[in-house]
Amino acid sequence: MSMNYSKKVMEHFKNPKNMGEMKDADGVGKVGNPVCGDVMHIYIKVGKKDGKEIIEDIKFQTFGCVSAIAVTSMTTLLAKGKTLEESLKIKRDDVASALDGLPPIKMHCSNLASEALEAAINDYMKKTKKKGN
Amino acid sequence: MSADKIYMDSAATTRVDHEVMKAMQPYFSEDFGNMASLHSRGREAEHAVEKARRDITKKVNGKDHRLIFTSGGTESNNFVLKGLAFAKKDKGHIITTKIEHDCILSTAKWLEKRGFDVTYLPVDREGFVDPAELEGAIRKDTIVASVIHANNEIGTIEPVRELGKVAHEHDVLFHTDACQSFTKVPIDLKKDNIDLMTINSHKIYGPKGVGGLFVRQGVKLEPLLHGGGQEYGFRSGTVNVSGIAGFAKAVDIMKDKHVSHMEKLRDMLIDGALKIDASWLNGSRKQRLCNNAHFSFSHIEGESLIIHLDLKGIAASTGSACSSKSLEPSHVLTAIGLKPEEAHGSIRFSLGKESTKEEIERTLESLSDAVETLRKISPFKR
Repeated sequence: MSMNYSKKVMEHFKNPKNMGEMKDADGVGKVGNPVCGDVMHIYIKVGKKDGKEIIEDIKFQTFGCVSAIAVTSMTTLLAKGKTLEESLKIKRDDVASALDGLPPIKMHCSNLASEALEAAINDYMKKTKKKGN
Repeated sequence: MSADKIYMDSAATTRVDHEVMKAMQPYFSEDFGNMASLHSRGREAEHAVEKARRDITKKVNGKDHRLIFTSGGTESNNFVLKGLAFAKKDKGHIITTKIEHDCILSTAKWLEKRGFDVTYLPVDREGFVDPAELEGAIRKDTIVASVIHANNEIGTIEPVRELGKVAHEHDVLFHTDACQSFTKVPIDLKKDNIDLMTINSHKIYGPKGVGGLFVRQGVKLEPLLHGGGQEYGFRSGTVNVSGIAGFAKAVDIMKDKHVSHMEKLRDMLIDGALKIDASWLNGSRKQRLCNNAHFSFSHIEGESLIIHLDLKGIAASTGSACSSKSLEPSHVLTAIGLKPEEAHGSIRFSLGKESTKEEIERTLESLSDAVETLRKISPFKR
């Protein structure tokens, strides 16, 4: 294998969680660029729990390398069930450590899923005419 | 290799053949002499090296050439460009192409920084260099034209005979890097108008760390390595006797039947893979290395594909093994006109003489599964 990926990365690559498109999403976040070899789409469905808005459901689609796929899968797992406020706090480093680390060369280019999540939440806020963070 | 593992990366490197190992064995602990020594142990070593030199030279009709043994393709390619450049009194001009191996391109760039001019010839969609383009690039101060014999990524075999002819008509030296094609494509140094040629051992079941540069007699090269004056003064350093003996054996055991065997399986792999939706072959279908199949699949990324196949025991590559850790799209795929996103979705299979029909069948099955899985994850619509 050309890269030393952690076991967790490989698990998520082999069996990605929350994979697929969401037709009736409340918010959609798209990041990346096919030129660089990574594109990530995150779809969220927003619900309410104890008076707070939470990510009730989340799906993703990714074009990219092993780590790009694992990172998006892990991000959806971290965000699912959390409040929007909590979800916005999920950053690249949190995703990388939840995956037991990423190869250094992959830290920046393919670790974009938290930004896709943020974009999806902002999209939802915009649609519902609330202000983003 | 274990029975359930399939090795489809022979363009990166090959295992050392048992016969090659046997040929190398005596020169480690028994006939260990230094070929520069005057005593009999030294002469045994010298005998082995000179026999290897003759045998390998014969393979390519190199009557007018000297074979200088080196540490491999990278050294030979560094040596040829730097050696020619610094053998001149004045700075001059070098012609090469956009699809060379990194060891030519990086050397050319290094020479540019030191005042030499370099022209990088374009290639067409299939990766061919046009002899007319070469002719157009030649200047009065052109020192050498260096064109890869067969491309390491997409397998296109260049029209070296025509390119060499053009170079010679203008009194320009012609060099070709034959690391991928040596013993797989017939080469006749004289008829093919080749003055200098790079070869190596570890892609044809020989040991790593051995290669060579054919130099037509009378061509002046400044050595990279100075010292005891070995290899006709072109390359100092104690000669790698066991490696060279192994290299010669590797050349000896590579036969036409291996080439046609690989060709047959290659065609089976190409025909099968192209049945996958939104796929295409890169490089030329006809003028193609016997062991190379290079594909692009829309909407998915190459590394993911490689790792999916790796999980199923199949070793393939995204292109040049050297660049597998870099994130840039391949310079070769860019040069044949692929968009970056298309270049990212590419994979190279390179067969070996031991590849089997069953392995191709299993590869095709796994390839089709992996492409489908990744397309399900991909946001891009078919």
